[in-house]
Amino acid sequence: MKRIYAKEEYCIGCRLCEIYCIFQHSGCQTLVKAFSDQANLPEPAVRVEEDGAICFALQCRHCDDAPCVAACITGAMTRDPQTGAINHDEDKCIGCWSCVMVCPFGAIQINKDKGKVGSKCDLCEGEEVPACVAHCPNEALVYE
Amino acid sequence: MALSVLAPEFVVKRDEELCIECGVCTRQCAYDAQIINPDDGTVSTDAAKCVGCQRCVTLCPTGALTVTEREMTGRSHPNWTLGAQRDIARQAETGGMLLTGMGTDKGYRVIWDNLILNASQVTNPSIDPLREPMELRTYLGAKPDRIELDADGRLTTEVGPLLGLDIPVMFSAMSYGSISLNACLSLARAASAAGTYFNSGEGGLHRDLYEYSDHAIVQVASGRFGVHAEYLDVAAAVEIKIGQGAKPGIGGHLPGEKVTQPISATRMIPEGSDAISPAPHHDIYSIEDLKQLIYALKEATDYSKPISVKIAAVNNIVPIASGCVRAGADIVAIDGVRGGTGATPTVIRDNVGIPIEFAVAAVDGRLREEGIRHQASIVAAGGFRNSADILKAVALGADAVYVGTSALIAMGCHMCQKCYTGKCTWGIATQDPYLTKRLNPEIGTRRLSNLLRAWGLEMKEMLGGMGMNSIDSLRGNREMLRAVSLTREEMDILDVAPAGM
Repeated sequence: MKRIYAKEEYCIGCRLCEIYCIFQHSGCQTLVKAFSDQANLPEPAVRVEEDGAICFALQCRHCDDAPCVAACITGAMTRDPQTGAINHDEDKCIGCWSCVMVCPFGAIQINKDKGKVGSKCDLCEGEEVPACVAHCPNEALVYE
Repeated sequence: MALSVLAPEFVVKRDEELCIECGVCTRQCAYDAQIINPDDGTVSTDAAKCVGCQRCVTLCPTGALTVTEREMTGRSHPNWTLGAQRDIARQAETGGMLLTGMGTDKGYRVIWDNLILNASQVTNPSIDPLREPMELRTYLGAKPDRIELDADGRLTTEVGPLLGLDIPVMFSAMSYGSISLNACLSLARAASAAGTYFNSGEGGLHRDLYEYSDHAIVQVASGRFGVHAEYLDVAAAVEIKIGQGAKPGIGGHLPGEKVTQPISATRMIPEGSDAISPAPHHDIYSIEDLKQLIYALKEATDYSKPISVKIAAVNNIVPIASGCVRAGADIVAIDGVRGGTGATPTVIRDNVGIPIEFAVAAVDGRLREEGIRHQASIVAAGGFRNSADILKAVALGADAVYVGTSALIAMGCHMCQKCYTGKCTWGIATQDPYLTKRLNPEIGTRRLSNLLRAWGLEMKEMLGGMGMNSIDSLRGNREMLRAVSLTREEMDILDVAPAGM
């Protein structure tokens, strides 16, 4: 399956990936509109990890041997048999955080208000290229 | 601290309706002009710190930012212009020379814009480069006095070492140190892909660039930084740097704080020590001395590669260039007053040197008169903006041109002229690891390659229009040029007729 890979040496820490991830999952037509409703802003599923000059964008790796799927007690985390992507069903999620604890990358964000998994990369289902990759200004994210 | 009387140079306008407070601008600004307020996380601007690099404007996802030059206000005066007053005030505050980067912005007339190219009409056919082969191939170096062929038409004359260029455009000397390794890599890869050459500058050749050394011209400058046997061996050509257009007559100074471990290893100087290039070569005080160094380098490289001499275009450029050729230079590179740099005193950049148009035309004419034009190639440099400028230079007698600023702009440079601060927000003229990451050499290479390709296409189109299928037919061919709005003296120096004649 195609995955998103980060090139640490070219990540400039601008966090445009986070911004376009939020926009992509906001359902809004424009970026400005998406950010105008701060209260209902979705959590970005990609996070830039940064320590000085070292930085890179991290999102769900869609592991072949996904511990989150094995750990999920309600079946909210599943692997799409067609694409191989790991998907999260918010309706089934009860916020036990088992997935958060077992994720080796810390790629699953929690939403304390909802008490559920807040965001998890869905590879921008339906899009040819995920939004974070498409809008990375320095090609530090690739989808291959 | 006493009040600074300097007004901000830029106006930074943030459209509050468009700003989503994402903070991209604050993360991209290397000058702390865009800041996040620690109290509430909102973004705001300190325009006094803005250098006008346009990085925030380009990266802002909603187009909320506009950075424009602030109109200088005050009582106007024809002598004491607001700019002149500003420079005095700045020096009164700092007590130092004013420093700057890039080529002069003083507004000297660009003579290229007073020269126009010819085209075929009726009496001679133009050539369609899409249908017929078109030759931009150029060879730099000394050509033999005459050539002899055997009975089968094969060349029997021994021809000296030549540099073969697929396009008569090379990348100017920009040292590792003045620009980042990612920028050097972009130049090296693009030059290799396009069949042309990049120039190491006087900073030595980083180990990662050896892979591309068959497309490298390496410099031997007054500081001799990074010069060793292998450096000379691997290069395609060696260039003795006497001067450069942005700072004729003065040396260079890379401050110790920029001499990081890899730069210290490449330049062969202790980490953290100032890299000072003396103003003159201390072993060259005459043409005869120059000849000694040229032949020392020819001996060192076993006469296997051309030796170039790079000089700034100054008053006596014509006899100096002639002397260089007679001293054995295979290539004479001439850098005009509009040539760029990473750091120079503003007063030197803006007031010393002559325009490349006059220099190249006068040198070409004199070398022809003296019958030694074939003994060396002429490379023109200093402010070439587009393919038309380049063809006009070829018509005035240049064999090829060096481009530096155009290449930097292709890599992202926005001409803020703050190269000397080492804080280039585009990741080019900096060694800060946080900033150098901003130039992905894959993107840099692609953009430079695209520029050369586009210029190549345009040059072929213009040559075809003139009824030529080879750039050799244009070299020194003043018949293909006419002058508009130039004085008689200027036209005489250029050896170009006025339009209509």
